[in-house]
Amino acid sequence: MSFLEVLYFIVPSAIFYAAPLIFTAIGGVFSERSGVINIGLEGLMVMGAFIGILFNLTFVGTFGAMTPWVSILAAMVVSGIFAIMHAVATISFRADQTISGVAINMLGVAIALFSVKLIYGKGQTDYIQERFIRFDIPFLSDIPVLGPMFFKDVYSTSILAIIVAIGAWFVIYKTPFGLRLRAVGEHPMAADTMGVNVTKMRYVAVILSGMLAGIGGAVYAQSISGEFSHSTINGQGFMALAAMIFGKWHPLGAAGAALFFGFAQALSIIGGQIPYIDQVPSYYLHILPYVLTILAVAGFIGKAHAPKASGIPYIKGKR
Amino acid sequence: MPNRVVNILVPVISVILGLLVGAVVMLISGYDPVAGYSALWNGIFGDAYTIGETIRQITPYILSGLAVAFAFRTGLFNIGVEGQLLVGWFAAAYVGIAFDLPMYIHLPLSILAAAVAGGLWAFLPGLLKAKLQVHEVIVTIMMNYIALHTTNVLIRMVANGGETTEAIKETASLKSAFFESMTDFSRLHYGIFIALAMVLVMWFILEKTTTGFELKAVGFNKHASDYAGMNVNKNIILSMVISGAFAGLAGAMEALGTFQYASVKGGFTGIGFDGIAVALLGANTPLGVVFGATLFGALKFGSLNMPNAAGIPVEIVSIVIALIIFFVACGYIIRYFLVKKNNKKEAK
Repeated sequence: MSFLEVLYFIVPSAIFYAAPLIFTAIGGVFSERSGVINIGLEGLMVMGAFIGILFNLTFVGTFGAMTPWVSILAAMVVSGIFAIMHAVATISFRADQTISGVAINMLGVAIALFSVKLIYGKGQTDYIQERFIRFDIPFLSDIPVLGPMFFKDVYSTSILAIIVAIGAWFVIYKTPFGLRLRAVGEHPMAADTMGVNVTKMRYVAVILSGMLAGIGGAVYAQSISGEFSHSTINGQGFMALAAMIFGKWHPLGAAGAALFFGFAQALSIIGGQIPYIDQVPSYYLHILPYVLTILAVAGFIGKAHAPKASGIPYIKGKR
Repeated sequence: MPNRVVNILVPVISVILGLLVGAVVMLISGYDPVAGYSALWNGIFGDAYTIGETIRQITPYILSGLAVAFAFRTGLFNIGVEGQLLVGWFAAAYVGIAFDLPMYIHLPLSILAAAVAGGLWAFLPGLLKAKLQVHEVIVTIMMNYIALHTTNVLIRMVANGGETTEAIKETASLKSAFFESMTDFSRLHYGIFIALAMVLVMWFILEKTTTGFELKAVGFNKHASDYAGMNVNKNIILSMVISGAFAGLAGAMEALGTFQYASVKGGFTGIGFDGIAVALLGANTPLGVVFGATLFGALKFGSLNMPNAAGIPVEIVSIVIALIIFFVACGYIIRYFLVKKNNKKEAK
């Protein structure tokens, strides 16, 4: 395999593995920008993956080839509703945001596995028949070098992920809503004084993060794993969280970091098929994403600061 | 209502709420909650064997709860207990297998190995937190996954490519013939005494030593402690290491007591994560941890009886435990209602 062939092989895989992380990391950006830490991304992703598979298996006869897309919508709605729990706890009930997030993670896994056993009578679901499929983008895939790398055999979900990242950047930096969102996360009292409804903004942001994490989970389940079991979502939510920190709480930065983690994940899975890398014991490839995450958050690639009010409940009238 | 009563009522109400919502979930899913909870009860207290096994399950929960609680007191959230437990498990099993020593050296050495391994595993997150202000939550979570893969590789090496190591030498075992005869051959072992001793150790460190005072001071207010001349960085690292050592000991309980070996794992044990629930319910105090561990250890072991006796998936108990954490975290609102109700009474 020549170097270029290796690139043609690994770049699409990296983007493929990055797509779920991009959705979820953008969700994290919305939540944290509004001042609510969301460790629960993992649990919300689990919920999204479970609902995605459940919906896909149940309605494949009705929707046919469109099933994965409808399943994503279903996962988005359910994870959005699930995120309301986190919102109520952290915003209205002033719960410790990290602890509430941990509870959401445990609850997501527990509810999903409980339901799988309830519905299917066993620990994992069947494999879905309708998955997301690859396709070539017309014209663009004919470009030399770049074509085979980025536009051949792509998943539409990867394209959607990039669009969502750019959309999130536009919303957060170019719209009044985004300005209010950032204000609420940096200095809620000032925002409140200017007539911004802090509570409402934070609710919207947390629910948005749930919806995006749900999409991320459903995309992962329907393009990568193809079924749901206890190990389907295995730290991807935390990786998305790290991507968000690595990306300095910026949607495009988070998407870039997610691509990087996608690359690490892809390497750990398909590394055995690439010359030289197949010489590396699989153990090192397996721990690579996690080690890179630690290096990333340790700031070896640049220091960043969280939104100022992140992690602090807003109590009206308290200085 | 005095503050003390409220502080105790909040976890109690949370547990009751958690069990109630669990019952509702069972009802909605078409199961019989009464049958479910009686199966749970029988799974905990059914006979001598189940009681022995319940206490056996409580043992590592006490230690993982202590680990989380200890870090919490210094203002650190150690989600890495799971990983520290895994490396402790492996270290204890390795020392238990590899050496031939008299029991009075071998057993303490194996236990110590677990504590050291767990402490070392927690050292890195502590160091990163102290020196680079990296949030310990993300680092410890990632260390969990690294621990899982690392111990699996090491176990395969020790087991010559197999999935399970040979059994530890008898001189390193916590097995108790006395407990076995009393509890109808359950796996209850002497580790429970170690766990309870560690409860005292934590209480002693926090309440009776200067180090403990400093650790708590850093937890209350980092800047004030710094201003008072305490070495905040040193205390953060120390707190993580001690917390990791407790977690490592929890692993030793599994290696030297319950299982007597180490095996390759497909996923986490859950003991470390449930330690968060234990610590939270116990308000991060040593005695509270004992109560929390008793409740969650019993729930966790008792739940194993639910699929057989009532046909209900064991995950229902995981749902209940997660809900309890959630309700304890929402303590503010429970407090609010308690105080409001109380004020009304006083007004009358």
